[in-house]
Amino acid sequence: MSQPNVVLHVADVHKRFGGLHALADIDLQVEEGQTHAIIGPNGAGKSTLLNVIIGKLPPSSGQVVFDGTVLTGRKPYQINQLGIARVFQTPEIFGDLSVLHNVMIPALAKRDGAFKLNMFRSLDSETGIREEAEHMLEDVGMLGRREMAAGSLSRGDKRRMELAMCLIQHPRLLLLDEPTAGMSRHDTNTTIELLKKIKSRGMTKVIIEHDMHVVFSLADKISVLAQGRIIADGTPDQVRGNPKVQEAYLGGAH
Amino acid sequence: MAAMPRNDLLLFAGFTLAVLTMPIWLAPFGAAYPDLLQRFMIFGIFAVGFNILFGLTGYLSFGHAAFFGVGSYAAVWSFKLLSLDVIPAMIFAIIVSGLFALVIGYISLRRSGIYFSILTLAFAQMSYNMAYSVLTPITNGETGLQLTQSDPRHLDSALAATVVGQPIPTLLGQSLGGFSGFYFCAGFLIIAFFLAQRITGSPFGMMLKGIKTNQTRMHYTGFNTKPYTLAAFVISGMYAGLAGALLAVTDPLAGAERMQWTASGEVVLMTILGGAGTLVGPVIGAWLIKYFENIFSAINDGILRRFFDFLPDGVDSAMVTVASKFVGEGWFLTLGLVFVIIVIFLPGGIMEGVRRIAHLFNRAPKAPGKANPQPQPAE
Ligand SMILES: Nc1ncnc2c1ncn2[C@@H]1O[C@H](COP(=O)(O)OP(=O)(O)OP(=O)(O)O)[C@@H](O)[C@H]1O
Ligand SMILES: [Mg+2]
Repeated sequence: MSQPNVVLHVADVHKRFGGLHALADIDLQVEEGQTHAIIGPNGAGKSTLLNVIIGKLPPSSGQVVFDGTVLTGRKPYQINQLGIARVFQTPEIFGDLSVLHNVMIPALAKRDGAFKLNMFRSLDSETGIREEAEHMLEDVGMLGRREMAAGSLSRGDKRRMELAMCLIQHPRLLLLDEPTAGMSRHDTNTTIELLKKIKSRGMTKVIIEHDMHVVFSLADKISVLAQGRIIADGTPDQVRGNPKVQEAYLGGAH
Repeated sequence: MAAMPRNDLLLFAGFTLAVLTMPIWLAPFGAAYPDLLQRFMIFGIFAVGFNILFGLTGYLSFGHAAFFGVGSYAAVWSFKLLSLDVIPAMIFAIIVSGLFALVIGYISLRRSGIYFSILTLAFAQMSYNMAYSVLTPITNGETGLQLTQSDPRHLDSALAATVVGQPIPTLLGQSLGGFSGFYFCAGFLIIAFFLAQRITGSPFGMMLKGIKTNQTRMHYTGFNTKPYTLAAFVISGMYAGLAGALLAVTDPLAGAERMQWTASGEVVLMTILGGAGTLVGPVIGAWLIKYFENIFSAINDGILRRFFDFLPDGVDSAMVTVASKFVGEGWFLTLGLVFVIIVIFLPGGIMEGVRRIAHLFNRAPKAPGKANPQPQPAE
């Protein structure tokens, strides 16, 4: 058996907010091509962990390594350019712009890099980027809304559009913070199908979810976070059977 | 360079036509004389450039008059040191104001929102004060920078061109008085508009809009937003410098009052009045403000007294007293009132008003049976 290739390594990370120990001694390894779910009760520190990975927050100690490159200390745009994209818990989108433009912008970032002064070229002549964006919107089932202002979309649609904004960059690592929250059952299932399809293309994913149906349909590995600590991790079956997890999180729900 | 989209081309053609025919269609409004028309062009350019920073990128500068003033001084220095020809003066002014904007922008853009605005205001006031104090060798202080017979004009003297009488700026030897001055400035406004249109419709322009809407998302999408905002700042500073230089062409006495905070505030008003973020809005805002400034500041008590003459005694003098506060020197009071009304009732400016009206007309023929074009609110 070949050695599994760890793409993301969160090494001994601590994060304190004043007296609050939001992340305590986190050690997490995500293997290439896998879908790694992070579950845990509200306020466990799940979003904070993603914030540390993408450079939104500096860790109090420890570091994050992505494919041999230390991310800690780098700026968010540099981390994205290394191939990491994120869907936020509260959608971060361009509310005043059309859905199509929302998806074209990340495609331009991928193609042109962090800065390019191309101001005498017409956006309308970017047919390649446009078609790519339209394909992506079709994949998430939003092509019909491409001319709408993104800010006027429903919560679930904003989320699907944000997913398209991330996927169009073909990131090596996709971080998803509750990607199906606010979606109907039907849209949730479409999103699961979509995420499975991406998985078959070999994209590595870290997914935070409260919806156990989503978690158990997608995850290869699960880490359980409670009060800033990883209290269990392993395959879905191992985690499901773990009494500590039952107590801290799954409780009576399952 | 790819061809322009059809709609953009139509807008550009319409704009060009409207500008070039201004001496005709403004005649009934009593505004078709060169001096005022030139100011329409100059402040149109100022507003178009300002809109690239404020309208597209969302950074509200309260100090853009500094670049306008620097453009004026640079142009006059070019007339004095190089040549009376306007072409080197324009180029020199754009370069100098661009460099000035690069420095001020680099520092101010370390902050955003209100802190950015305050920084730009502080820099502009600093420039204004320095123009009156330590920089008097360059600005000639309160007297203002003037052209004189004895200026060196190295380029002109190398070409053995001589000046008889008071020196005035020329274009290839032709004087730019009267309507030729207007058409000269109009040419620049049309070019300025064209460039702004290209920028707005480019991927770069899209990034500026992205920064205005959600700068955080831009970072997590892989953009380094600093060089984008700095580029927008420098471009708008160069526009302001060009406008200032054109004012120096038509009125070659550069004074520091062109850099005062009221002048910075005026271009903000123009842009918001017309519609920030739109292409034509800022130009229309500039034209309207300059037009009404021209009318209101010319009204004096004598005119008011004749106007209210039909009212009974006592009432008419009361009316004159009240109205006189809003005209002449008090024109800024009127401007302030109009501005408050616009921001409250039409936050998108005149262009939003135009859109709303167009919307009504578009709907009316399609749904003749429906009396109320507004969607009914849910019970
Ligand atoms: N920037 C911040 N400053 C101070 N405290 C913070 C900050 N961000 C998060 N916290 C705190 O850290 C703790 C963990 O928050 P976090 O958002 O990571 O939880 P979560 O696991 O994502 O919860 P949820 O499931 O509700 O999204 C919470 O107590 C929160 O209040
Ligand atoms: Mg969270």
